[in-house]
Amino acid sequence: MMTPLSNFFRGVGRRVNDGIWRLGYASRFFLALLLQSGVSFRRFHLTIKEVYFTGVLSLIVILVSGLFVGMVLGLQGYNTLQRYGSSDSLGVLVALALVRELGPVMSGLLFASRAGSAVTAAIGLMKATEQLSAMEMMAINPVSRVVAPRFWGGVIAMPILAALFSAMGILGGYVVGVILIGVDEGAFWSQMQTSVDFREDIVNGVIKSCVFGVLVSLIAVFEGYDSEPTAEGVSNATTRTVVTSSLVILFADFILTALMF
Amino acid sequence: MTIPRGQVVAIMGGSGCGKTTLLRLIGGQLRPQSGSVTVDGQVVHRLSESKLYALRRRMGMLFQFGALFTDLSVFENVAFPMREHTVLPEELIRDLVLMKLNAVGLRGAAQLMPNELSGGMARRVALARSIALDPQLIMYDEPFTGLDPISLSIIGQLIRRLNDALGASSIVVTHDVAASLAIVDYVYFVSEGRIAAEGTPEEIMRSEIPFVKQFVHAEPDGPVPFHYPARDYREQLFRQP
Repeated sequence: MMTPLSNFFRGVGRRVNDGIWRLGYASRFFLALLLQSGVSFRRFHLTIKEVYFTGVLSLIVILVSGLFVGMVLGLQGYNTLQRYGSSDSLGVLVALALVRELGPVMSGLLFASRAGSAVTAAIGLMKATEQLSAMEMMAINPVSRVVAPRFWGGVIAMPILAALFSAMGILGGYVVGVILIGVDEGAFWSQMQTSVDFREDIVNGVIKSCVFGVLVSLIAVFEGYDSEPTAEGVSNATTRTVVTSSLVILFADFILTALMF
Repeated sequence: MTIPRGQVVAIMGGSGCGKTTLLRLIGGQLRPQSGSVTVDGQVVHRLSESKLYALRRRMGMLFQFGALFTDLSVFENVAFPMREHTVLPEELIRDLVLMKLNAVGLRGAAQLMPNELSGGMARRVALARSIALDPQLIMYDEPFTGLDPISLSIIGQLIRRLNDALGASSIVVTHDVAASLAIVDYVYFVSEGRIAAEGTPEEIMRSEIPFVKQFVHAEPDGPVPFHYPARDYREQLFRQP
């Protein structure tokens, strides 16, 4: 009777220990990454290339999702608002929902699954095929040459993607609300302009997306760099990137919202 | 174990006896638990990070499967160390890369991507890349594994020719007896983490040491047993307690 129970507690203890150990390792990795970031800025074209791979190639999915999320918001928002006779405020509802929450969070989640997984797989495969090792033997630090540019590329791309997501969302809300349903166009835009505050709403949204950018990029490069150098290891690392990033984004969003609004 | 300047030295031994580990120790990618590696008068594991990187610039290493950068073309792979470590003008880099590729016979493949190369070609490109900065010490990790006889003798010839042309020293880690004995100056046999035998290729061929004999003549059973250590066969089959 005692053995299964103590085994259970031992297992829990080991997992907690491993988790804390990994967190510490990731923090040290983050520090090393920051210290090795010189190359990413001195040779900025390396980072620009990663902005292209993470950002530009994620554009389609971000833009299309933004449009549809905005259209759904337009429909649902109109349904609810018209019950209270305030369908003129549809613009405010759509804009605030997107700029404050849905823009950063949804684009963060999409970014993690589209670009984060790709970054993890790329670094993991480079490790598995000894490319990182070969680089080390050429006296080139793989953290500064391979990892840091990918990290900064993601950090730069994320806020821009979130802004585009929100912009497309507002456009989607406009298409559904004004063009299809027939909410007054003047009210839609003017109420939005008076009620959405630059500092309070937009800047806070941008801060959120920057934080998510750092978190997702860090998780992606760390999981890739730390992956087991086998096919199975890389596939596990890719999965972990998406799962961990998604959970971390939602958790961080709660914390940031509680602090900001 | 000493690797004299200008010579090609083979390190042989069965799979998993620590040959690759030895190369990683020389390159400073691993730290020894005891003992030390001295390269050109410098003790590798005592070097600071910047000194180690400076030392590595004078080393070239050929990995088992080439480890080419899959996102770069053959040309860019060979140019990579030059671009990272030098400020040479583009025209000079172009000429140097073409010369290195010409040395391994792949000048015509400069614009191909690594996934378009055969195993032997990939290894030759990797060889061109590892000599990009004219190293003083070239290390080969299993350069003969998985090659057809033609590619195999090409790689063997290249190892010898490049070593003599560059005036470098080469370490060839391998378990391919025929291919390596034909080109090297000296052989070390490693078994269970220590040197089991050493000598020139002729001495090794004539050696009476049982392990070396088994290895050189490819006998399936001998000092290195055929069976992985296991319980008694009968006992295991009949499930006796």
